[in-house]
Amino acid sequence: MPRTAIVAALLALLCAAAAPAHAAPVDDALAHFTADKFPETDRGIDELVASGAPTAPAVLGALGDGRLLFDPGSHRVYYAEASGALDDAATGARADGVAQGALKKVRLNNGIRSKLAAALGGLDLLSPDRAKRLAAADTAFHTPDPKSLAAIDAALGRETDPAAKAALLQARAAVVATSGAGPEADRLGAIATLTARGDGDALNYVNQAAAAPDASPAVKNAASAAASSIRFTLSLWQALQNAWYGLSLGSVLLLAAIGLAITFGVMGVINMAHGEMVMIGAYTTYLLQDLVAAHAPAWSEASLPIAVPAAFLVAGAIGVGIERTVIRFLYGRPLETLLATWGVSLILQQAVRTAFGPDNRPVSAPRFMAGSFHLGGLEITAGRMWIVVFTLAVFAALQVVLRATPFGLRMRAVTQNRRMASAMGISTGRIDALAFGLGSGIAGIAGVALSQIDNVSPNLGQSYIIDSFMVVVFGGVGNLWGTLVAALGLGIADKFLEPFAGAVLAKIAILVFIVLFIQKRPRGLFALKGRAVEA
Amino acid sequence: MQNHRTFGPRGLVFLAVLLAAAALVPASSLLTPAGSALHLSTYAVTLVGKYLCYALLALSLDLVWGYCGILCLGQGAFFALGGYAMGMYLMRQIGARGSYANPDLPDFMVFLNYHSLPWTWWGFSSFPYAVLMALAVPGALALVFGYFAFRSRVTGVYLSIITQALTYALLLAFFRNEMGFGGNNGLTDFKDILGHDVRSDGTRAALFATSCVALALGYVVAAAVTGSKFGQVTVAIRDAESRVRFLGYRVEHYKTLVFTLSAMMAGMAGALYVPQVGIINPGEFAPANSIEAVIWVAVGGRGTLVGAALGAVLVNWGKTYFTGAFPEYWLFLLGGLFVLVTLFLPQGILGLVDRLTARRRPGPPAERPVAPEEQVLPRPVAE
Repeated sequence: MPRTAIVAALLALLCAAAAPAHAAPVDDALAHFTADKFPETDRGIDELVASGAPTAPAVLGALGDGRLLFDPGSHRVYYAEASGALDDAATGARADGVAQGALKKVRLNNGIRSKLAAALGGLDLLSPDRAKRLAAADTAFHTPDPKSLAAIDAALGRETDPAAKAALLQARAAVVATSGAGPEADRLGAIATLTARGDGDALNYVNQAAAAPDASPAVKNAASAAASSIRFTLSLWQALQNAWYGLSLGSVLLLAAIGLAITFGVMGVINMAHGEMVMIGAYTTYLLQDLVAAHAPAWSEASLPIAVPAAFLVAGAIGVGIERTVIRFLYGRPLETLLATWGVSLILQQAVRTAFGPDNRPVSAPRFMAGSFHLGGLEITAGRMWIVVFTLAVFAALQVVLRATPFGLRMRAVTQNRRMASAMGISTGRIDALAFGLGSGIAGIAGVALSQIDNVSPNLGQSYIIDSFMVVVFGGVGNLWGTLVAALGLGIADKFLEPFAGAVLAKIAILVFIVLFIQKRPRGLFALKGRAVEA
Repeated sequence: MQNHRTFGPRGLVFLAVLLAAAALVPASSLLTPAGSALHLSTYAVTLVGKYLCYALLALSLDLVWGYCGILCLGQGAFFALGGYAMGMYLMRQIGARGSYANPDLPDFMVFLNYHSLPWTWWGFSSFPYAVLMALAVPGALALVFGYFAFRSRVTGVYLSIITQALTYALLLAFFRNEMGFGGNNGLTDFKDILGHDVRSDGTRAALFATSCVALALGYVVAAAVTGSKFGQVTVAIRDAESRVRFLGYRVEHYKTLVFTLSAMMAGMAGALYVPQVGIINPGEFAPANSIEAVIWVAVGGRGTLVGAALGAVLVNWGKTYFTGAFPEYWLFLLGGLFVLVTLFLPQGILGLVDRLTARRRPGPPAERPVAPEEQVLPRPVAE
């Protein structure tokens, strides 16, 4: 085959002197793969990308998967398709009649693999798929490589979509800023683009631009101004992010404490089994999810919303049971209810442990709670966001129940003046039981939400009980709004302390703060005024 | 119930039993051969020694709860602090025999790249200093904490909850390696106490006898305090705090003093506990431990001192038995105990005994403290 001979001759020439290509650029590029040496393969990838050959994506993909083969005798390169059929790498035509046994695989190492990923990214910059182009531009931004500048410029020339164009400009700015080369105006433009982006990567690149050995004074000044501006933006976003984390933690605290605010705050019952009501709510969620998965798989997405009323009913019923059998004998003796309900909590924990085992139970998240999104510089996970929304909804619903329903009215009447309420014909025993059931039911609802972010195990409740009491006491007993403010305030304070002090020390600091605060204001943040307090 | 300035018949029996045990148990363990019917194994001696430390803890809790109405849910913190003081002494006695053979620093400090002993550890190679600290540190904490809490009239449930927060905060703090107290693993691998091997039978017997004597001493002190005029004021505070204040007593001073004394007793219990069990770690600060101590007192009978010690020994003996024989059911039983005792036995076992004997022998009703009513929590308005 004369053609083969020519290619072989050319190849020899190329290897000896690295001479510029004489044949079609694709053939030259492919020839590098037949040398069976890593540096040659590396160069082959570059040239293949530069050649813009239509087969390039297929060849590079095959190389990555170990499907790229060459004939050591003829120096032709082929790639195997998934079906096993061979295609010629230069033309993409089916290469029938080539004996696969005689072919050798083009070898890979990690250097080649990462190179390959970058090269495929460069190809993606030109992809007709907009999402692919955006992703490729993002990758190019995060792994700036001076070699990709040409590909980015080529893509910029063709790009019409404004978002993709902006992403490409940022990628180009990253490359220019980190390369330490290029005209001054180009570098200044890159710094301006990066400043507009204003995230941690941008800061890093701007610093690199300032540190480049040949950076002019103008570039250096612009870079340092840009760096301080980015740092300021970053610290603002960081503060907002902390506030969001704090809000998220605070809503979890509120959710766990809000039921306690009813039983402890409004009824004056120290319910140490409150945490176990949360745990029972979480287990109800788990059981319901399994039931739905077994009997109605089509509804599995809805198992979490169904669990909310179910957990309320289960935990509420258990709460009513506890009130009728234990607590009603102990009204007016708060310290003894504390001990008795602690006993109840031990029994419930062990009962769950005996029934379900001590291991964590998996509760899966429905699709709408998965993933996260960005809001400016904020990263918000959907699950956390829904918990915040859910908590506020529960709080609002509870306020409505207490203020706008006959039951709420009776409950407030009983807590304000039991004997008078009784004289007016309210069955105080029934109201006590229902109020305790309400508090427990809300704890159960909290369990549904917490099953999404915590381990569902028999010890789930234990970790929340102390925090819940702190929130209720800090907010002021008998005051639901106080509980709201205390939970969110403590959550946010905790998250703002964490970066300086670490998670554990922040928690200790919060505990110490509450202990000191109680000394100053023994009745909490929003103390009730009037004679009821001095009882 | 003991009359003023006496221990009463029950207290005398209690003291006699303790002192007899202090003499006889070590004798039985050391002097009789292993197969003899009178022989007590070292395991049993250590186990009962541990119960005695718990009994001293229960006694300290009864002093504040039964006689002053302060339900402290952080008594375990004082116990653990005392234990750490003793543990630090025992750590220093290891000297160069640790895995890293560093004569100055305990193993965990070498591991955590300490270069010199932190100031908190200075002096702990001296036994008297360690004992002093086992009393002084819990005492000082209780003094400061109590003074501020009682001065601002934090009472009842609020006090219980902030004492729980106190022990919880200490739990978290001691878990940190940066505290310099061994972090998660605590202090262990003890070798010597006062030059004797902590694991030898003789040392174990001596520790047992010391625990008996300490419990007896604790009882004498507690009985003397509660039997005095001072004790009568604290009982009055328990039953009607506002009225005592209106009568001109400085309630917060009484409460602070009792609280501090009780914390020191708890610290001593912890200091005796650690050499017997051979380890002290942050788990001792767990709020659940403190609540468990409350149930010992409740089971035995609060406001009886002897009952508290009895309750501690009984409940822990039951725990040892049930966690060995039926581990599944222990928590059911403990939980049931909490519920049943509060519902049906508000005066505990001794209260029940008193009631039964009073019924059998008609005569002047037994002089018992009025059913101690805690301050009724205000049932405030929903906003």
